[in-house]
Amino acid sequence: MSRLSILLLGMLLAGPAVAADYAPLPGDTFKSVLPADGKAAPAQIAAFQMRTEPVTNAEYLAFVNSHPQWRRDRVPAIFADKRYLSHWSGAVTLGEEALPDQPVTRVSWFAAQAYCESEQARLPTWYEWEYAAAADGHRTDARSDPQWRESVLAWYGRPSNTPLPRIGGAPDVHGIRDLNGLVWEWVSDFNALLVGVDSRDQDGADKTKFCGAGALNMQQKENYATLMRVAMLSSLNASDTATTMGFRCVRSP
Amino acid sequence: MKHLMMLVSLLLFVGQVFATTPLPGDSVYQFNAKLTDQSGRTSPWSSRQGRVQLVTMFYTSCTMVCPMIVDTMKLTQKAIDEPARSRLDLLLISFDPERDGVSALHEYADKRKLASPQWTLARTEPSEARQVAALLGLQYRKLPDGDFNHSSELILLDAQGRILARTAIIGRVDPEFVQAVRKALGAG
Repeated sequence: MSRLSILLLGMLLAGPAVAADYAPLPGDTFKSVLPADGKAAPAQIAAFQMRTEPVTNAEYLAFVNSHPQWRRDRVPAIFADKRYLSHWSGAVTLGEEALPDQPVTRVSWFAAQAYCESEQARLPTWYEWEYAAAADGHRTDARSDPQWRESVLAWYGRPSNTPLPRIGGAPDVHGIRDLNGLVWEWVSDFNALLVGVDSRDQDGADKTKFCGAGALNMQQKENYATLMRVAMLSSLNASDTATTMGFRCVRSP
Repeated sequence: MKHLMMLVSLLLFVGQVFATTPLPGDSVYQFNAKLTDQSGRTSPWSSRQGRVQLVTMFYTSCTMVCPMIVDTMKLTQKAIDEPARSRLDLLLISFDPERDGVSALHEYADKRKLASPQWTLARTEPSEARQVAALLGLQYRKLPDGDFNHSSELILLDAQGRILARTAIIGRVDPEFVQAVRKALGAG
């Protein structure tokens, strides 16, 4: 009996899916592509727990059933755009284009936040996400490895019309899966990253748009894959949804 | 006394109308935030419906762009002729609810001569500031030294909380934005 059938059976019997797995990550000082002070300061990260997998269609369906205000036919437009869950066959049915163990996508930041709250969790901060995603199978920080960078970049090159893989990639050193190579993921402070779609305009007109010390400088320019993610996240509005945009949650201990 | 009674029942009636009128789906008041103003009154954000608003976010210890944001709000307000001008509310919400308590907001309002009831300086619960910013399409980031980087924009809300217009022009009046404000007040 496949994992899928067990999951389906579980949903039929119990409604809410089995509690999600969270894995602990130790606190650390982390050199982010976005220095904390806009110059060079590293990020201080407190210990936290992260979902080992992104939230799936099956899990999100259980959430929509128990929180009907988040059904696609009921959600107020201010919280989610028109394409919210539009690949599902109905308001409370997945259909062929949304398999139960595929990561849920076409969810807004507001929706992702509400989901995480429903499992007593929250969205990760950018620093928490970047720190977790720097790991590979045997290192907590694989970013200086050109092969690691290439593999992340290679995923970006995948045509957007290819179907999403299912969850269940190889676990990293923390026991977390699918941070790179499956979907883009929301972070709680996506509207704090302060870079234009093209970081070149930081030096020009955009500086007047921002108060304080000016927009952040991005470090580690060789870390192009991560910078692309920052650029993508900061170009979004909180009600936007996208075919490849999902999320996972974290908890503070 | 009879007049007072009538007034009270009218107020009750108006209150009920507001409570039962469904909000449009694209209203920012769909988000159930609580605002505490410069005089310490806490009320749901949605209780501001019924009035056209100029809204932005700021913080009281901001010395660079924020004073200019407030000046630009004043200039925009002055560009509207009476009687429409007095129908326009102005709302400043703090990015920094940790430090911007009621007394900080009150002092700032005094110093900058931002008179209530038209001007409201408000704080949210610390956990809600980012959601409010997200609703308004504003970005901000706290820096280690306690300052904030943030986008500087004025946002025009209609009486039901829908975003009608926004401008990133700070330091002078944006004529197109002023026109949108006039129109929203029925004076355009």
